[in-house]
Amino acid sequence: MNWDWSAVDAFLPRLADGLLVTAQALALSALLAFGLGLVWAVAQRSGPALVRGPVAVFTEFIRNTPLLVQLFFLYYVLPEWGLTLSAMVTGVVGLGLHYSTYTAEVYRAGIEGVPRGQWEAATALSLSRGRTWGVVILPQAIRRVAPALGNYVIAMLKDTPMLFVVGVMEMLGEARQFSSETFLTVEAVTVVGIAFILLSCPASFLMRTLERRLAR
Amino acid sequence: MSEITPGLWEILLDGVWITLQLTFLSAALAAAVAFVTGLARLNRLRIVRFAAGVYFEVFRGTSALILMFWLFFVLPLGLGWQLEPMWAAVLALGLSYGAYGSEVVRGAVAAVPRGQHEAGVALNLPPGQRLWRIVLPQAWPEMIPPFNNLLIELLKGTALVSVMGVSDLAFGAALVRNATGQSAPVYTVILLVYFVIAFAMTRGMRVLERRARAGAGEGPPRRAALSPRRLFAPRRRAAAAAAASSGGERR
Repeated sequence: MNWDWSAVDAFLPRLADGLLVTAQALALSALLAFGLGLVWAVAQRSGPALVRGPVAVFTEFIRNTPLLVQLFFLYYVLPEWGLTLSAMVTGVVGLGLHYSTYTAEVYRAGIEGVPRGQWEAATALSLSRGRTWGVVILPQAIRRVAPALGNYVIAMLKDTPMLFVVGVMEMLGEARQFSSETFLTVEAVTVVGIAFILLSCPASFLMRTLERRLAR
Repeated sequence: MSEITPGLWEILLDGVWITLQLTFLSAALAAAVAFVTGLARLNRLRIVRFAAGVYFEVFRGTSALILMFWLFFVLPLGLGWQLEPMWAAVLALGLSYGAYGSEVVRGAVAAVPRGQHEAGVALNLPPGQRLWRIVLPQAWPEMIPPFNNLLIELLKGTALVSVMGVSDLAFGAALVRNATGQSAPVYTVILLVYFVIAFAMTRGMRVLERRARAGAGEGPPRRAALSPRRLFAPRRRAAAAAAASSGGERR
């Protein structure tokens, strides 16, 4: 294998650009996934029956279909409906929406783990529904599931390369462009692969430590 | 703007077939990798545990799409020989989902009570039989629900091969989109197809889980597990009866 270190040198600035885009996409879609997931979880727990059913069907559908196809759907179909989004927004919405159906399950487990007495205490204090959720249930539920949510951020990180199919210039997109200009595919793709391992291994190690600490 | 013609439906149907093939072949490879790596991570020898751990961290740490890129574009340039696209895809999916699966195997085997291993030692069973007759039958039912999740993830992961030009369902959708000039119908159809496949797989795995639980003497039919009939009846029949009787009891 002919490995060319100067190619790595040439690629590193591009990798840094890509890393920045990856980080932005990840941060935004993680926020979206956390927010929307909470909406799904609360809607399925205390929404009216008319909301609960469709939310259950929708989340089940999104969770069981490929993110890649969902990205294509957003990228090609929304403009046909008159809504044109930038590459970044399409990617963030796709990734965030997809993972919101996972975080919804995590929140649901957390909410179910809150003892019944807490609900009853909130009723006894005649707290409004909003306050019951906001100051009693959710703070306890979310603390419990924080590591699980963190694990999904790592999973999302590993799915960000998919965003290049809609034209987001994250790390893999940069590698593709670099290799089509210079034909130095070996170095570019390998460097991106190593970058992902270097990012996700410490992150998952951190999450495992956090889990162990919280479990104690 | 035009309808999806019968010829285009055929493209999608061929795509479904490729997607199913990819799913089953890579699931088979992933299962093999998961068992070997998962058991190696519980091996007595530190070096074996370490090697399996490195494999697990590397393949779990990287993204399946990047691994696929690597196998498709780097391996041919670096080594001078090229894999058939289909097999490169199976290899990439099998190796990365096998790494996830190894954690499932490791966890389930580690959760079998120590006394069971010791009983095997006390009965003077060789290690292979201990594993095959005592540990795995008890660990297996615990593995099935997480394996189901991984199988669905794998099914979703197969869509990535369309980026590499393997003509799976997602690739067929792109062709149909180009031919008809419309995106909404074809992408809606293939999302539904993926969903139906995932749904069928989940159902199948649930049946498998019930059988496995009955086979290990667990689950709803507790009494049946202790009765002499259970001990002498062929395993399959007992499992089928358990699956039938447990339908109402399981939530």
